[in-house]
Amino acid sequence: MTSLATPTRTITYREAMRESMSDAMRNDPRVFLMGEDVGRYGGCYAVSKGMLEEFGPDRVRDTPLSEAAFVGAGIGAALAGLRPIVEVMTVNFSLLALDQIVNTAALYSHMSGGQFNVPIVIRMTTGAGRQLGAQHSHSLEVWYAHVPGLKVVTPATVEDARWMLPTALEDPDPVIIFEHAALYNSEGDLPEQGAPVDLDRAVVRRPGPDVGLITYGGSLPKTLAAATELAEEGISAQVLDLRSLRPLDTEAILTTAASTHRIVIVDEGWKTAGISAEIAASIAEGAIWELDAPIRRVCSVEVPIPYARHMEDAALPQTAGIVAAARELVGR
Amino acid sequence: MSDSHHLDLLRQMLRIRRFEERCAQLYQAEKIRGFLHLYIGEEGVAVGVIGSLLPDDAVVATYREHGHALARGMDPGAVMAEMYGKMEGCSRGRGGSMHLFDASRRFYGGNAIVGGGLPLAVGLALADRLRDQPRVTAVFFGEGAVAEGEFHESMNLAALWNLPVLFCCENNLYAMGTALERSESQTRLTLKAASYEMPAWEVDGMDVLAVEDAARKAIESVRSGGGPHFLEMRTFRFRAHSMFDPELYRSKEEVEVWKERDPIELFTRRLITDGGLTEDDLATMESDVAEEIEAAVAFAEAGTWEPVEELTRFVYSEVVPS
Repeated sequence: MTSLATPTRTITYREAMRESMSDAMRNDPRVFLMGEDVGRYGGCYAVSKGMLEEFGPDRVRDTPLSEAAFVGAGIGAALAGLRPIVEVMTVNFSLLALDQIVNTAALYSHMSGGQFNVPIVIRMTTGAGRQLGAQHSHSLEVWYAHVPGLKVVTPATVEDARWMLPTALEDPDPVIIFEHAALYNSEGDLPEQGAPVDLDRAVVRRPGPDVGLITYGGSLPKTLAAATELAEEGISAQVLDLRSLRPLDTEAILTTAASTHRIVIVDEGWKTAGISAEIAASIAEGAIWELDAPIRRVCSVEVPIPYARHMEDAALPQTAGIVAAARELVGR
Repeated sequence: MSDSHHLDLLRQMLRIRRFEERCAQLYQAEKIRGFLHLYIGEEGVAVGVIGSLLPDDAVVATYREHGHALARGMDPGAVMAEMYGKMEGCSRGRGGSMHLFDASRRFYGGNAIVGGGLPLAVGLALADRLRDQPRVTAVFFGEGAVAEGEFHESMNLAALWNLPVLFCCENNLYAMGTALERSESQTRLTLKAASYEMPAWEVDGMDVLAVEDAARKAIESVRSGGGPHFLEMRTFRFRAHSMFDPELYRSKEEVEVWKERDPIELFTRRLITDGGLTEDDLATMESDVAEEIEAAVAFAEAGTWEPVEELTRFVYSEVVPS
């Protein structure tokens, strides 16, 4: 994305997200942030640190531990014309708000014959890898991606962390932003002159003709690392970052399948009924004759994510596993 | 209070009653399908509360909401067409009996998840607070919702943030087939509100004037910054929970006792005794109501089916609001 002529600055994913929210709040009085510990505490992951001081307690609103009520309240405020950003601390706790997201936010437009729309943005942290145990390590993005009426995006780069939100806030329908916890400290170069980005197209992060590695979110860095390793062995892997799980950019997926003929899908979610299954099915439906080898999936082992470091590592997709799957497909 | 206002209250209740009686017939005739939850017996609640709101206030209702929709001024033809599943219905035939909507009247459904409408109401009120609009959001729910977490979370949030919500609990004693004393350790529902420091009153839901009186006081207080209020309206549904309910959980005697407190009969008798209504007036009113309902049925009958090609419209918004 960055050309030599464009001045850039190095920024963390966390800072990019904070800058994005602050900017949106400065530009639009309808935007406010609400969630557990977003204010005085500065955000569980320090994403909103300092925002209370700038915007005050009405617009950086601490909530009780009431996921159903404050997500539902965000939906109501959105219905009434505001542009709430609701932060749910993690996807694990979002299950307490599942009713409001699935039964209200996703349905109100269609069920009312198009009379209502719900322009809410819900942000939440997802993923494992920090020894937080099974109840703080879910990757359940696909649950939401299953539901028509929702949009589900997974920024994996600082540019997407910075520029997906304004597009999401402009969107008239509910958008859920999944932020993998392992990405917050990641750094990247951000062009000084950025602009909002789309929410529905996958992007090739690394070109290559030998094997296609399809992934998103927190698995992108591991997958890019795998591509680097593969390159050292003379295998040129293409890395496709989905960016959005709903809508899913099927066209880009088929293009990757058609141009590499070998596909590895990397997903921190479980394999069974996961987004990897949907991607594989899309390829089977739309590009099966392009394949020279069976599709391989590198997903989390079908266990609750354990605490002990070595066990957690073994449960999650790792670079070595991605490299091994790709190598097998190209016959090395 | 003027006689004409009283007559209007009676007329509103009668419209709902006759409309729903017609719905029951149309269900038997298989014109209406799916779930059909009748409000018969509870009309005084919707009429008393919603009639006390201003046009710019908001209403969030349950799946037993025909009465609320009509009391809010929604066109009976559009409501009936919705039950028929016709495109001219108030939700384009997408919603059915449980999902009546009208954006122009700030009628936000038609929510068929018990307790699911309460957080929404809190959010509508939050938006009013943040924009300094002196509007009230009235949210209706049954006593069954009191057992839901969403009820408690919403009550707490509304009270904590001092939001302009009127919580209207329609206590008809049965959550489907489960009696209140079989579902709540504390059956005095106003105590739940009191635990959130919320003013709460018990109201005779079979007396439309009592409902109206309580609603007016509560709405005035809510509107003037007094924070959320809770009204427990004691009422009873005379019909089964839905058209599939054999009513094994309550006795015919209990239903008969409550029918003696029919809100429409009580109020009619009162108006006749007071001299504000004659038998002739009543007959005229009945005939006007019957005419309106037959017109609604005719509108629904004449309605059209949405083309199947439009199935996927409105999953996402078509118009980007400014």
